[in-house]
Formats: sequence, structure tokens, C-alpha cells
Amino acid sequence: MQYAMMFYAEPGYAEALPEAEREAVLAEFAALADDARCVTAAQLQPAETATCVRVAGGRTLMTDGPFADTKEVLGGFCLVEAANLDEVLELAARVPVTRYGAVVEVRPVVAR
Amino acid sequence: MLEEVFRDEWGRVLASLVGFLGDFDKAEEAAQEAFAIAAERWPEAGEPANPGAWLVTTARNRAIDRIRRERTLAEKVHLLPVPEAAMDVMDEFDDSVIKDERLELIFTCCHPALPLEGQVALTLRALGGLETAEIARAFLVSEETMKRRLSRVKAKIKATGIPFAVPAAHLLPDRLDAVLAVLYLIYNEGYSGRVDLGAEAIRLGRVLAALMPDEPEAHGLLALMMIHHARRRARFSGEDLVLLEDQDRSLWDHAQIAAGRSVLDRAVALGGRGAYVIQAAIASLQTAEPIDWPQVAELYRRLAELTGSAVVELNHAVALAQAGDPAAALRTVDGLDLDGYLYFHSTRGELLRRLGRDDEARVAYRRALELATSTPERRFLTRRLEQLSASPDPTTAP
Repeated sequence: MQYAMMFYAEPGYAEALPEAEREAVLAEFAALADDARCVTAAQLQPAETATCVRVAGGRTLMTDGPFADTKEVLGGFCLVEAANLDEVLELAARVPVTRYGAVVEVRPVVAR
Repeated sequence: MLEEVFRDEWGRVLASLVGFLGDFDKAEEAAQEAFAIAAERWPEAGEPANPGAWLVTTARNRAIDRIRRERTLAEKVHLLPVPEAAMDVMDEFDDSVIKDERLELIFTCCHPALPLEGQVALTLRALGGLETAEIARAFLVSEETMKRRLSRVKAKIKATGIPFAVPAAHLLPDRLDAVLAVLYLIYNEGYSGRVDLGAEAIRLGRVLAALMPDEPEAHGLLALMMIHHARRRARFSGEDLVLLEDQDRSLWDHAQIAAGRSVLDRAVALGGRGAYVIQAAIASLQTAEPIDWPQVAELYRRLAELTGSAVVELNHAVALAQAGDPAAALRTVDGLDLDGYLYFHSTRGELLRRLGRDDEARVAYRRALELATSTPERRFLTRRLEQLSASPDPTTAP
């Protein structure tokens, strides 16, 4: 089964870390991306770079900023292939951002 | 009679079918079919030597028939494919050994990825064999609501791929905690006296303790529930709540207390020092005569250390007072941040009364009365307030 792990963290948490620790976190992310179970992974640019697009009455409306106005924003995601939910939950608990108060949302992907 | 056999066998039969079919709804359907056939045949043909194996075999055969029919239909109309998995195991199936898969079932039902109320409902339905209507009654919701709750939770198990498995050793402590919490929640729901969920929780606790014979906390929880349950008839007098010290001990179920204590002994022998074992030990001490309050206080202190709970600290204070030190008890209570909690104020009231500080005691009891919602509680507090005004001598010991 495929699952998406979505990382929600407070913006700027990484910048606040001492450099050595930040590098260690990045290395952990790289290791996660290299895990055989990881189909694809991406880190997103900060939420300030987001643009929301809506279409109403044939017109495209664009607004600045992320969709939801919350403290934690989507900072990255990882698509994994796993045998069952427990396997993904274990991976999720090891995602480095969880040590800095971030949340990992795990959701199964609709099979095609 | 037959109903009893069914109740006892349901969890085992369903577990085996979920393991076999990998689907709660299909398993339930097949199990129900098998139980219906049994209800029809057993009264005449007699109960089979191994009712559980008979039920599982019959249910599996029915499920296989159904899958065959669906497959034939699918082939005819070139519809959706029917899963192969269930068919393949069929030939290897030997009905003399039916593996007990109830532990897998428990861990699936109590998976922390499921909403808590869903875990509770599914555990009662799948493992306990309660009807949806019964569970609905127990939780004061409509049958329709309970039905939806159960289908949502089963759908989540399926959609998210929650495994039908006992968690790996390194995950087991946390996952076992979740299971114990669900059983204790069921037990505490029974406290309010609707459907006898207390007895149901004990039945489930017994199953869990038997399936995990080396887990002290499983035995600890079972012992705790048994000893509490043994006092249920003495807990109310009419509608009034009766405090432990005022309970009529002849109403206690002494056989159940003894049974609970031997379960507790087992937990302690296994090296149990966890929260449920400690609570069971406290419950056990509280049924002794006289009660060893210093020991109770010590156990509450350890429990407070383990749980970090202010409510447990409050109980610790009560035990200190009972052990003869109301001043120390009051110091502990005054350090707690529990202003919105009824028992915080009623305990303070009681301690102040014992220390002869009647005016302050009245204030505390009044505050407790403001927070009381149930009639028995209000009546109890009102009586306390009346006693305070009536007795000019504050030194009356309990």
C-alpha cells in the first residue's frame, strides 16, 4: 500500500537550530528520501512562497499565502510504500521534525 | 444456554474469520450465518464436541461459498476481480486446529489510529459479542448512531491498512497501554449503572489476561476491576452515594474480592509495579478490615509519581488524613491546581472540618455544591453542610 506522510511544522524551526543540528536534521531527511520504501519525497519552500488558486465564474483568482491559516504549515511530504499502517507509523515517528514539535500526518493513498 | 455458548465463542470465531478473510464486515456476516445455522441445528442434533471449531468451520465454508458465487458472477459479467487470497488458503484449512486469534483482534480494535469511541464500540462488538443495539443503549446513543460509528471505524481499519497482528515487541508496551485504557473505559462506563458494562469489561479483561499470561498490567487491570465490581451493591443506598467507610460490607461480593486478590498476587509475582497493579493493590487494601491507611497513602504516592496526576495527589492526601495526619493532607491539597474539580473542594471541606476550621469548611463545601451535577452528590454535600451548622463541636472524629 502507498501512504503519504505530510510534515506540518512551525515556520522557521530549522533556521532556529544550531548549524550542526540543522545539518544532522537535513542528513536524516536525506536518509529518509533514500529509504527503499520511499517512492518520492520533497521539502517545500516556506509558506510565504505559496499562492492559492481558485476558479470562480470562469475567472482565475489568486491569493497570496497558504490555504489554511494555522501555526503549523505543510513543510514537506514523502510518499512511501509499506505493508501496513504500523510500518508507516514507525517511519513517521522517526521523521526528524517530530523532535521539534511538528506533526506528521499519515494518510493512505487511493489505489489506482 | 445456547446464548451463553454463543457469547463465549463469538470473539474467537470472529477473530479467526477476520484473520482468514481480512475484512471485518465479511467476517461478521459469515459468523452471523454460522451462529444462525447452529441455533437451528444444535437443539436437535446436539451441541458438537468442539462448538468453536464447528462454528469457525461452518462460517469459513459459508464465506468461501459466497466468494465463489461472487467470483462466478464476476466472471460471467466481467466485473470487478474478486480477491484470490481467501480462496488459496481454503485447501490448507484443517478444522482440528483453530488458532486463537483474539489477541490480534484486540490489538486491531484498540489501534490508536482509531477514534477512542470507535475503539470502545468495536471492542464490545467484535470481541465481546454485544449487539449494536446493546452498545447503543450503554452509551445512550441511538442504534443508528452506533451503527454508523462501527462502520466508520471498520472502514478506517480497511482503508488505512491497520494490520491484524500483535504489535512487535518494541511497540508492545505502548499498544498494550491503549488496550488496557479501552477496557478500563468500558468498565468505568458501567459504573453509571446502565447495561452491565462492568461485568463485560471483566470478561474481556479475563480474556486478555489469559492471552497475555506474563503481562502484569493485564492482571493488574483485571484485579482492579474485579475488586471494585465486588463492592458495587454497597456503593449506593437507594439513590445516595455511600462512601467506602460507610458501606455495608455484607453487601460486598467476598468471593469476587478473593478472586481479585489472587489475580493481583499473580500480577505482583510477575514483578508488576505499574499503574493498574498499584490501583488494584489500593483497592485490595481498602477492602481489608481495618484498612492500612499508611500503606494506602504510600501506594497513592507512588501512583502519583507514575502518573503525575493531580487527582491521584488528591487521593494521596485523603489517605494521609485517614492515616491520622489531616494537616499534612491539607498542605498537599492546597498545593494542587484543581479549582474546577468537585472532589477537590469536598476533600478540602472535609479536612478543614476535621481540623476544626468550620467556617472555611463551609466555604469549601459550598463551592463543591456549586460544582455538583448529580442529585446524589448534591444531597451528600447538603447533608455535610447541615451537619456542620448543627454541630458546634468541631472535634468530632470520623
